[in-house]
Amino acid sequence: MKLSYYPGCTLRTQAKDLDKWGRLSLEKLGVQLEEIENWQCCGAVYPQATDEIAKKLSAIRALDAAKKNGGKLVTLCSACFNVLKRVNADMKEGGDVAKRANNYLVATGYLSGGDEYKGETEVIHYLEVLRDYVGWDKLKAAVVNPLKDMKLGAYYGCLLLRPNSVMRFDNPENPQILEDFIRAIGATPVSYALRNECCGNYVALKTPDAVKAQVDKIERNAEQAGATALVTACPSCRYNLKVNGNGRLEGVYITELLATALGIKE
Amino acid sequence: MQRIGVFVCWCGNNIAATVDVERVSEILSHEYGVVYSTNYQFMCSENGQQLIKTAIKEHNLTGIVVCSCSPRMHEATFRKTAEAAGLNPYMVEIANIREHCSWIHKDREEATAKAVILGRTAIAKLLLNTPLTAGEVGVTKRALVIGGGIAGIQTALDIAEAGYEVDIVEQRATIGGRMAQLDKTFPTLDCSACILTPKMVDCAQSEKIDILAYSEVEEVKGFVGNFTVKIRRKARYVDETKCTGCGACMNACPSKKGLNEFNMNLNTRPAIYIPFAQAIPNVAVIDPEQCLKLKTGKCGLCQRKCEVGAIDYTMQDTFIERNYGAIVVATGFRISDLKYFNEYGYADNKDVITSLELERLMNAAGPTGGTLLRPSDKKHPKVITFIQCVGSRDISGCGKPYCSKICCMYTAKHAMLIREKYPDTEVHVFYIDIRTPGKNYDEFYRRAVEQYGVDYIKGMVGKVYANGDKLMVQGSDLLNNEQITIESDLVVLAAAIEPEPSVRRIATMLSASIDTNNFLTEAHAKLRPVESPTAGVYLSGMCQGPKDIPETVSQASACAAKVIGLLAKDKLKSNPCVSHSDEMMCNGCGTCANVCPYGAITYIDKEFRLGGGKTETRRVASVNEAVCQGCGACTVACPSGAMDLKGFANKQIMAEVESICKR
Amino acid sequence: MDNTELTNRLKELSGTNVRQCMKCGKCSGRCPMFDKMDVKPHQFVSYLADGKIEKLQNSKSLWYCLSCMECVERCPRGVAPAAVIEAIRESVVRPQGGNRLQPEEVPALLNDEVPQQLIVGAYRKYNH
Repeated sequence: MKLSYYPGCTLRTQAKDLDKWGRLSLEKLGVQLEEIENWQCCGAVYPQATDEIAKKLSAIRALDAAKKNGGKLVTLCSACFNVLKRVNADMKEGGDVAKRANNYLVATGYLSGGDEYKGETEVIHYLEVLRDYVGWDKLKAAVVNPLKDMKLGAYYGCLLLRPNSVMRFDNPENPQILEDFIRAIGATPVSYALRNECCGNYVALKTPDAVKAQVDKIERNAEQAGATALVTACPSCRYNLKVNGNGRLEGVYITELLATALGIKE
Repeated sequence: MQRIGVFVCWCGNNIAATVDVERVSEILSHEYGVVYSTNYQFMCSENGQQLIKTAIKEHNLTGIVVCSCSPRMHEATFRKTAEAAGLNPYMVEIANIREHCSWIHKDREEATAKAVILGRTAIAKLLLNTPLTAGEVGVTKRALVIGGGIAGIQTALDIAEAGYEVDIVEQRATIGGRMAQLDKTFPTLDCSACILTPKMVDCAQSEKIDILAYSEVEEVKGFVGNFTVKIRRKARYVDETKCTGCGACMNACPSKKGLNEFNMNLNTRPAIYIPFAQAIPNVAVIDPEQCLKLKTGKCGLCQRKCEVGAIDYTMQDTFIERNYGAIVVATGFRISDLKYFNEYGYADNKDVITSLELERLMNAAGPTGGTLLRPSDKKHPKVITFIQCVGSRDISGCGKPYCSKICCMYTAKHAMLIREKYPDTEVHVFYIDIRTPGKNYDEFYRRAVEQYGVDYIKGMVGKVYANGDKLMVQGSDLLNNEQITIESDLVVLAAAIEPEPSVRRIATMLSASIDTNNFLTEAHAKLRPVESPTAGVYLSGMCQGPKDIPETVSQASACAAKVIGLLAKDKLKSNPCVSHSDEMMCNGCGTCANVCPYGAITYIDKEFRLGGGKTETRRVASVNEAVCQGCGACTVACPSGAMDLKGFANKQIMAEVESICKR
Repeated sequence: MDNTELTNRLKELSGTNVRQCMKCGKCSGRCPMFDKMDVKPHQFVSYLADGKIEKLQNSKSLWYCLSCMECVERCPRGVAPAAVIEAIRESVVRPQGGNRLQPEEVPALLNDEVPQQLIVGAYRKYNH
């Protein structure tokens, strides 16, 4: 099976591991990720102001490219998933922004074929590919190196889940998909309450001190529940755990763990 | 040739501010058939009615059009007025120029033009009206009360007190409802069971009241004064006439894993059980999901222990059919589902509970014998945090848009009782607004604050999460403009209430209207609050809207008064606007009988004379006018156009449509 | 633009109906950056409703909001405080000279680990 794939800027630079092990693992599981052509950075944050058009164009182009290549677009990075899915919802809704964005993209020839983009593409997160296209049972069967001794805390952060009205990814207050993933690779999920809290994201760049208390609160909650590492799909979460955390709880990418369990990665 | 009078009402400023009433009456005076047209400030007033009567006599009017409010408001009034002046009451048409016109439009020109059109339409119909005479039907002097909570109990007791027979149909195994589950009641803090159970006993002892517990309404036919109701008596597997309520079976039962619904599932009960000590009827019931004998065929211990031989594993549901003159809906409420409120951790933490669960945890007959212990580790909670408005006043799609009304008071009650009984306990209450209208209510709440030192925090909780064996309650303190986290041992959610879901089915059977929140609609929000718009159907208690016990009891008694008023009549005037079949056009196809919701249509074989002395016998529809409710379904369904409705004939409706369409 | 015009423009830009707010404060009860904020999430909604724009534009909170949507997610009234904060922030960074993150200062903020996501995100939030 082939699915269109959008890696995003960070997976090309700081988070190469997230990307590499993601592709290889899925390949082993029978899914080929096909990178769409000429993609640009999604912008990393969804522009909320109702008059924003320019900041959404790169996402629309990526979505349009996927529309013409199977109609599905897989992403791994939580930020890309959030931005693509929310922009896609705007286009599907077809309000003023969608109309004006289409006018511009069609007139300038950025939409190949000249058809308007109306939110036709389905944006899928990597975890959803594992659950819905591979299946947990098939994944379990493919595990050669179950991560038996690991007690992992699922760290969803904010971007995968909210706003739920658009993301429809999992129960926003009590998500389960990462826990299911952790079980599938043979490790033990540790339930802790703050797994859906934000790590501090971009605020960490200019004012790292501001996010330290937040990361600390999350880490202490996870440690108390017995987690030894936190599993994430988000480069920002991993960064803040590593640089602005207490140093005791490591953030690990889902794809690194997956590749290890599948025996691809040492 | 008709002589029509037109009467345009100002309704004070309600109509006159938006509609040029002078012009409307002037224009309508030129309509075909109109011989008199006027306008007046309040047509429904004594003077207004006198004006109509005088005009009818002076101008020899044969019919009148009143341009005023909705016919639901004053059609009956003006019909009486016309009748008093010697007109047939069905020669009255109402043009609704208030709700349908002045109240919904702003532009005076347009509203006036529309009022003229509505007036013309009524005139067009009236030109084709014929005098109708209402027949009379008898009244079955027996009432049905659906629901055996405090609302149903009070209504039934009051109806019985007036000397009429009344049946209570209750879906659960005992009457008593939610009130039986409560510990104490505000604002006087008397024990709920102590004031409720005597009323339950009164019901059981009354010769006029028949309690049909563990039963459900299955089918309703008929109309006001003459309902026929089929009732399902669910299999208890215990003979109600034999069981003495001794409880030997409960002790013998080896299956003890069934969740105890009465205790809000906080503990378990045997498969054969009596819901609570004061249950009425005090008769055991078997939960077929838990009973080993019913599930596997092996066991039968309870049957062996039963000294009176009351247990019968082969029992089946049975059906009875009874006739009633009036039906009271008293189906009550339940706590709404908290699945969309995971931010408060209800599903994940045993020590996050609803207020109704707390009632059971504080009740002497509850799972902890009245000692407040938290569910997870049975320890006494030292810090308790209450969260109000959980799911109420919520338009996000997760909750209910309305205020549940009772939560402010019961939370104050809980907080106070806990501080009274366990003075070493810290009690916090997060609130958005405190709503305590009611006699001695605000004083009650203030006592919780001032005398009992309950910490009321204006703000809302954003998150409840477990940290070790503590529950971290993170919320805003708006008056201090702070975000606070309270390390709590127990969190109590004042969850929104919602109508008991079975009410939907019942409302459909009764053709009683229901709002978007599944509350039954009143005939008039202010002036007919205990009646459904469907004649003969009455509303008692929470099924109509959130209310506390005092209000429920008041409404229940009001409802009983209305029922008694109906049952006291020997005859009811029937609605003459019923359908009839033109036998020459009817081909006996059967379509009308299929669509008739009241079973009013039957078929008869009738002989028709053809030319040349020949006859033929044909099957034709025949309408039972006493049963027909004039809904008009048959007139629409009839393929040959034989069915027509008196007072709303097809040609009358078409005349109205034509009048609206022509310019 | 006078204050009424500005207020209306910002309401439009936020796309949220501040009149639906029932002043329960759940947004501020959820916000993870509450302690860093001088003007709190619920006040953004309330000040915008009252047209007190200057207070909001001068607030430090604009630079601490994470857009994590905690406040939006379970607002019982369907109001989006985060969108209000974003609208106000846009009104501050869009005029000439409004940028908060100067390119010259970025190198000093970086270390070997900073992901691009963070840099792009910060640029988008702090600059026009």
